[in-house]
Amino acid sequence: MTSRQFSTRSGARVTMAVLAAAALAAAAGCSSSSNSTGAASSSSSTSASASSTVSGAVTVFAASSLKAAFTTLGAQFHTANPGATVTFNFGGSATLAQQITAGAPADVFAAASSATMKTVTTASDAVGTPSVFAHNQLEIAVAPGNPKNITSLSDLTKSGLKVVLCAVAQPCGAAAATVVKDAKVSLTPVSLEADVASALTKVELGEADAALVYKTDVQGSGGKVTGVDFPESSDAINTYPIAVLTHAPNSAAATAFVAYVLSAQGQAVLAQDGFAK
Amino acid sequence: MTVTTLPDEPTRRSRDAGAPGRRIPAFLFLPALLGLLFLVLPLIGLLVRTPWGSLSQQLAGTDVTAALRLSLVSASLATLVSLVLGVPLAWVLARIEFPGRRVVRSLVTLPLVMPPVVGGVALLLALGRNGVLGRYLESWFGYSLPFTTAGVVVAEAFVAMPFLVISVEGALRTADARYEEAAATLGASRLTVLRRVTLPLIAPGLAAGTVLCWARALGEFGATITFAGNFPGRTQTMPLAVYLAMEDDPQAAIVLSLILLAVSLIVLVSLRERWTTTP
Repeated sequence: MTSRQFSTRSGARVTMAVLAAAALAAAAGCSSSSNSTGAASSSSSTSASASSTVSGAVTVFAASSLKAAFTTLGAQFHTANPGATVTFNFGGSATLAQQITAGAPADVFAAASSATMKTVTTASDAVGTPSVFAHNQLEIAVAPGNPKNITSLSDLTKSGLKVVLCAVAQPCGAAAATVVKDAKVSLTPVSLEADVASALTKVELGEADAALVYKTDVQGSGGKVTGVDFPESSDAINTYPIAVLTHAPNSAAATAFVAYVLSAQGQAVLAQDGFAK
Repeated sequence: MTVTTLPDEPTRRSRDAGAPGRRIPAFLFLPALLGLLFLVLPLIGLLVRTPWGSLSQQLAGTDVTAALRLSLVSASLATLVSLVLGVPLAWVLARIEFPGRRVVRSLVTLPLVMPPVVGGVALLLALGRNGVLGRYLESWFGYSLPFTTAGVVVAEAFVAMPFLVISVEGALRTADARYEEAAATLGASRLTVLRRVTLPLIAPGLAAGTVLCWARALGEFGATITFAGNFPGRTQTMPLAVYLAMEDDPQAAIVLSLILLAVSLIVLVSLRERWTTTP
């Protein structure tokens, strides 16, 4: 029978003391933390010329349809500004917007629709007015060679066909809902995927017969899917806005990156990947 | 012979009644408290942020009944599948000596360490339309598991069955084999021994494993959305509904989370402790 030297009463007192000390330390730490946008927060010139003062890490949250183009742009930006490295977080624009408003540490947000960018601007998390840098349109992605002979939106309603769409909250899902409504087609998908990349993957894997994805996704799939154009896609053109975020840890480099995306070089990369001006 | 109880030693009755007879050392009390806070704070946060005023309004705008019903049904079916397949598997692993038993045990518990999305991808590659086995399902029966409720059950059973297998295997190992031997010497057939001696003996472990399996199946997200997809009423379980609601309507997501939490809590609390712990 061991002697119990610590009674619960003194144990509780010790705990309270430790917790109080921890709380005080945390409060002190929080109040002194600088808003680390730093002294270089004044927006520098928007020219995209190589600037040796641009350095540090830039975190870009971008729509998943921008993956290929932005990865290229990030590498080019790093070459032009060796001191700066760009890291990306690709995902559904609506998901990213929620993450930003919840406080995720990001410098730049590039969305696939004005609606999802609005979530961020309404919460005053974006600096100034977002700039539009690209447009995109929907296309039907089918298995290579189009074995099911799909030529229009109404073909997607053929019985036995498995069609996947994006969830309506995402830009591609909203656009899909618009074109389906305009075509007066009653389409019942088998799944509403969390983002456009997942929808494309389902077709690539052969699990789905067709998906409504962006033209850029079809082009970027490298032959794993075939694209079928349809006229109603021009009814729902996605506008891609980009903005520097209010709480950006590195707003100087963020502004430079946005300027680069809007520059001639940036626009050329986007055009090459299939984005419309 | 009289037995005297020593003054500060708790009596059996007071210990069963939960009377605080034991003193907690400070070096255990603090981590325990922090651990409790860590687990409970997010729940408190959820309760604090719930829009209590507009609760019914939020509920009306969501597919909550469909998602909840689907979640409960698929979790229960997945648990049933796990019981039918998992208990025999656990019995074989615990009682039969065969070469490679350790490897088999590791393979069986692999879904536990595998990220659920990886599990979903693996299921697609095996049971999808072009999958190793799935292509035969498709060509012979015209049936494919992805995008169906059966697919949801398969995905949930895949991630949850190892919990049951481990729990039952553990119970079987620690069960006293002498009872079974005694029954056998008294003339009971193997089936009778299993039914009347083994299963009642491992009942607490079996019950605990079943509850764990059900809870895991209910909360499954990654494998479900990857393998079965997401469609309201057919494959959109509560976790999927919460995730998607989070994208454009966090308030609705909070309400859905609260409902799932309440249901889970009711089930777990209503389980008597004595059913799941060994006496």
